[in-house]
Amino acid sequence: MSTFDTIPQTRKEALIEILLRLGDDRLIHGHRLSEWAGHGPELEEDLALANVALDMIGHASSLYAYAAELDGKEDEDYYAYFRDDIDFKNIAMVELPRGDFAFTMARQFLFSAFSYFLYDKLIKTVDDEQFNGMLQKHFKEIKYHLRHSREWVFRLGDGTDESHKRTQDAFDEIWMYTGEMFDMDEADKAAIKHNLFVDVTSFKDEWKNLVNETLEEATLSVPDYDQYMFSGSRQGRHTEHLGPLLAQMQFLRRSHPDAEWK
Amino acid sequence: MEVKPHISKSEIWSYLEEVIDPEIPVLNVVEMGIVRDVEYEGEQLIVKITPTYSGCPAMNAIEMEIHKKLREKGIESFKVLTDFKESWTTDWMTDHAKKKLKDYGIAPPEKTEESGDFLSSLKSSQKIVPCPYCDAMDTVLQSEFGSTACKSQYYCNECEQPFEHFKCI
Repeated sequence: MSTFDTIPQTRKEALIEILLRLGDDRLIHGHRLSEWAGHGPELEEDLALANVALDMIGHASSLYAYAAELDGKEDEDYYAYFRDDIDFKNIAMVELPRGDFAFTMARQFLFSAFSYFLYDKLIKTVDDEQFNGMLQKHFKEIKYHLRHSREWVFRLGDGTDESHKRTQDAFDEIWMYTGEMFDMDEADKAAIKHNLFVDVTSFKDEWKNLVNETLEEATLSVPDYDQYMFSGSRQGRHTEHLGPLLAQMQFLRRSHPDAEWK
Repeated sequence: MEVKPHISKSEIWSYLEEVIDPEIPVLNVVEMGIVRDVEYEGEQLIVKITPTYSGCPAMNAIEMEIHKKLREKGIESFKVLTDFKESWTTDWMTDHAKKKLKDYGIAPPEKTEESGDFLSSLKSSQKIVPCPYCDAMDTVLQSEFGSTACKSQYYCNECEQPFEHFKCI
């Protein structure tokens, strides 16, 4: 299905679209996290960030592999390496440059909290054995990501003046990209009809409660939910940051398509 | 090529028990609960495995080791499939396996609780993990993530040793 034709007509098309949307969020976020390898503020965090990156890229890999099977593509690598920015369906929040550690943790927390509620609903709804099995597996790992990033929001927000300021700046900067998590379009609705997706707006309040509670406890102020929100990434309208990310992620595979590690 | 039709499934399971988990070299892939099923489809042997963690980098190595082992045993026609239908849990590890983990210096996973309310558990204090070396309860979580995706990092205040805990999932 091309980017400009995002209304899936069949159950299979609807499923592929959802697998790719979930997969793209996780691959791009995972790639941003992987940029921390060797740069973490301390050894434990370096390992933690690499571990979370690995989980997220693993989630993408299983979702893509299933999409490839349904879509008649050779394997999951097709989606990761041979599509252009306009074909990626991830939300913009995950493609923003990694920034400092506070930014990375603020984004991780907002996204993991969203993923937690999304997956909690999805595993009760998704009427496809293989897809649901994957979701249950990812869900266990998402809980760890949420716990980990939430602890850091407390430590940084309620830490030194410097860490407090950086964390507040991070939430303020990310805020306009949070609205997209709760955008719904025709492709989502098509998937909902086949019991392959859920109405994301149905858990927005739960997400807000957890975010408000966490930020308040971390002595941070909660930005305005009604401010201008960026949108359109799921339909391929990305920020300027995705292109360079893909260039780095894809160039080796595109230059040497059949290269193998020996 | 013709499969020797008389290699029983239990024989296959015993071959697979010779395949060691590359990241936890005291356990084999059957004890870990990674091998889910062994069956014949006509002449072909199908071995179903499931990853412990989604991004577990050892999965490829494990798959290759299984290939190597089966070939070594003279089995020619087989497939190793990755199955996502069930999601791996530490509850599939046998008690014997958990004991071996502890002896190796890794605090084994407890039984997972299907605590319906993860959100309130988020807010409560951390669980206690006894030290695998001295069994002291006075230990502290240092990082949710250790040297591999499946482990977290603890420190024992009693014997002053850092140790790893196999996460319960």
